[in-house]
Amino acid sequence: MRTSLLRTTAAAALAATMTLAGPALAETTLTIGMTAADIPRTSGQPDQGFEGNRFTGIPMYDALTHWDLSSETDPSVVIPGLATEWAVNPEDPTRWTFTLREGVTFHDGSPFNAEAVVWNVEKVLNDAAPHFAPDQVGATTSRMPTLRSASVIDEYTVELVTSQPDAFLPLNMTMLFMASPAHWQALYDAVDASVTDPAERAAAAWTAFAADPSGTGPFMGDLLVPRERFEMVRNPDYWDPARTPTIDRVVLVPLPDANARTAALLSGQVDWIEAPAPDAIPRIVAEGNVIYSNPQPHVWPWQFSFTEDSPWLDRRVRHAANLCVNREELQVLLGGYMGIPQGTVNEGHPWWGNPGFEITYDPDAARALMEEAGFGPDNPLEVTVQTSASGSGQMQPVTMNEYVQQSLADCFFDVTLDVIEWNTLFTNWRQGALSDGSRGADAINVSFATMDPFFAMVRFVSTQTFPPVSNNWGYFGNDEFDALIAEARTSFDGAERDAALARLHARVVEEAPFLWVANDVGPRAMSPAVGGVVQPKSWFIDIAPMTMAE
Amino acid sequence: MLIFTARRIAYTIPIMLGVSLVCFALVHISPGDPLVSILPPDASVELQEQLMAIYGFDRSYPEQFLRWLGRALQGDLGNSIATGRPVTAEVMNAVGNTLILAVTATIIGFTLGGLFGFVAGFFRDSWIDKLASTLAVVGVSVPHYWLGMVLVIIFSVELGWFPATGAGPGGSSQWAWDWEHMRHLVLPAVTMSVIPMGIVARTVRALVADILQQEFVTGLRAKGLLDRGVLAHVIKNAAPTALAVMGLQLGYLLGGSILIETVFSWPGTGFLLGQAIFQRDLPLLQGTILVLAMFFVILNLVVDVVQSALDPRLQRG
Repeated sequence: MRTSLLRTTAAAALAATMTLAGPALAETTLTIGMTAADIPRTSGQPDQGFEGNRFTGIPMYDALTHWDLSSETDPSVVIPGLATEWAVNPEDPTRWTFTLREGVTFHDGSPFNAEAVVWNVEKVLNDAAPHFAPDQVGATTSRMPTLRSASVIDEYTVELVTSQPDAFLPLNMTMLFMASPAHWQALYDAVDASVTDPAERAAAAWTAFAADPSGTGPFMGDLLVPRERFEMVRNPDYWDPARTPTIDRVVLVPLPDANARTAALLSGQVDWIEAPAPDAIPRIVAEGNVIYSNPQPHVWPWQFSFTEDSPWLDRRVRHAANLCVNREELQVLLGGYMGIPQGTVNEGHPWWGNPGFEITYDPDAARALMEEAGFGPDNPLEVTVQTSASGSGQMQPVTMNEYVQQSLADCFFDVTLDVIEWNTLFTNWRQGALSDGSRGADAINVSFATMDPFFAMVRFVSTQTFPPVSNNWGYFGNDEFDALIAEARTSFDGAERDAALARLHARVVEEAPFLWVANDVGPRAMSPAVGGVVQPKSWFIDIAPMTMAE
Repeated sequence: MLIFTARRIAYTIPIMLGVSLVCFALVHISPGDPLVSILPPDASVELQEQLMAIYGFDRSYPEQFLRWLGRALQGDLGNSIATGRPVTAEVMNAVGNTLILAVTATIIGFTLGGLFGFVAGFFRDSWIDKLASTLAVVGVSVPHYWLGMVLVIIFSVELGWFPATGAGPGGSSQWAWDWEHMRHLVLPAVTMSVIPMGIVARTVRALVADILQQEFVTGLRAKGLLDRGVLAHVIKNAAPTALAVMGLQLGYLLGGSILIETVFSWPGTGFLLGQAIFQRDLPLLQGTILVLAMFFVILNLVVDVVQSALDPRLQRG
């Protein structure tokens, strides 16, 4: 019976795959079930968080710099993309020169050059530019907060200007994808003549661009059915032979429900699903599929309040909390799909810095610290943490928070969970611990990405990022941290910058403005037909070198 | 009849205006930032203010409402904030997909519901009644998203008979009434038909049982009318109320089901509404609710007119 069922399922999967492949049977097709509820924007600056960059950014577009996604073991670092090299002006550290790769063309055949870079900077920074795209601004400018303008030096050299000396710019530039100015202009010219308002014409051109995109990436947009599917075909003329795809067609399908994604994989409708339902993983594996996971640059923390009368003002209490969570047990609770953090980044990362405080499980030491701080079994410390019931990157927030709540109870903490709606929590995160929305919470549980130094550390420990400027929710910061940040921002040599960030990270861990609980490991399930998969330590994954059995 | 129809059409105009106002107000009084779908949480205050101005959210509510209404009257519901695509096209595309699903579910649900209800009412208190009533209660009670998942596990994962998700091998834009596409429709349509089947069955059963006890039926039988003839009278008398219930059910089905359409990734109005809510995409949310509300208004108008044609006494009201 079992064999018969498997045979039937396999036959159905084959039939479905053949159907999805369309009339050209020799064509190899990789169908991916995303967690997003809609196709991420395809016009160059994807939405839907990093899943957008993963599936409609990196495959179709290039940026001046790229993340190295070729290793499962080494940290993902920045490497040349459409820029072959870059340097800061020694006399004016707000000016950077990027040397561009020659001979690269957009999918429409137009050349990539310095003018194209300036055009792409202006699409989000110059509201007077005819192609200014307000709906792309949000997803872009906050990821390169100091970039102000760009200008052409010669055909393959461009100058970028920042508002202050900022050594993080090359990392930020991984997020600015290069769309084709010539193709956009052709679409703009083709907008119906009855539309006369330039802004409306530009918006119409961007909508047309989304349906018929043109970048320089290894895949080219082919078919967009909004909210249903997006198809890309291989770019045989891609400039990097190592990333020139062999898979003919990639189909993206939004499947926001975890059970629907799992069913789609098990029934052979898709070849790859993001974030399979945890309970279904044994079944998925039993059917011959492969689970890929690797700790991502992601932290699932409690971020402490340092406002007046906060219980976390005492460093012994912060350390006690970090020593009182048995993360290995929590990992088991999550089916193994959790990484154990040693800080905001882990040992081996260029920003590690060998902190003097070790984040581990030592409840005896934690209790001793709490007793030193004046707390005990008859005098527990009452704290409230605000969290959500769901949300991007939040993993399983209620289950995990309840586990942490129970763990901390062993170390004289009496934790109250204030569970609110995800978008409201997000808004509160920005408004700070003193806002009405925080309702007196002593900590907030919002997970974050740690790929970029600003997002990983600076925004949480600088006095310049107190609410509502950025996400220093708990008002943590002092002159020492501001000086460490300034040092990192003005260290323009890559190794020096990393060394400065390592010093900053070491001090962050030692001062412990967070309770570091977990790293997401980004599990994804793939059919055994998908080959050449490298799951890097990154939010991203490179589809281009993958193979697909016919 | 003509005057009645004209009067009912005239009534719909203030209703539609009221609906558009309520729809606008509901969307705007709900908490949350209208630009949350395009603004990251770490966006600067200046950037927030710049985009609020670009999208017109810095204007007063009355001004925003009048601008929106003015454009809506011309068929322009604005552009989605999250995707930049025109809302009218998005909604109409979703409506088309939901129509395919709703009409199929309607045919299944109303046919089975009418049949079960009629048989149960006609053979009241018999085992047939008990069986049909049980099926109707199960239909009303079972959570349809759960049923959808169960059907997927059995018929997609285990048996591989029907696809688990989607609206056809190439998406809904290439929809055709052939088996390749219709096999995508089977599971969501069956799931969606269960509740209207149950409700229609219970309504029809109660109506038929009630009518059969009325004196005129005894009179008809006394005059020697056969069961077939009596049935025709019962159907005619039950039709107006049954039609009203069916009209409402059809309205609900046309509104799509967020849960069913999400489980099956069916790109209809429920799926669209769910995304608009989660993304706080106000133009899309307003546009979708407005179009669905208009469907209800128009459907009620049609049902009223058809009911009054079947039962002229209603026109006196």
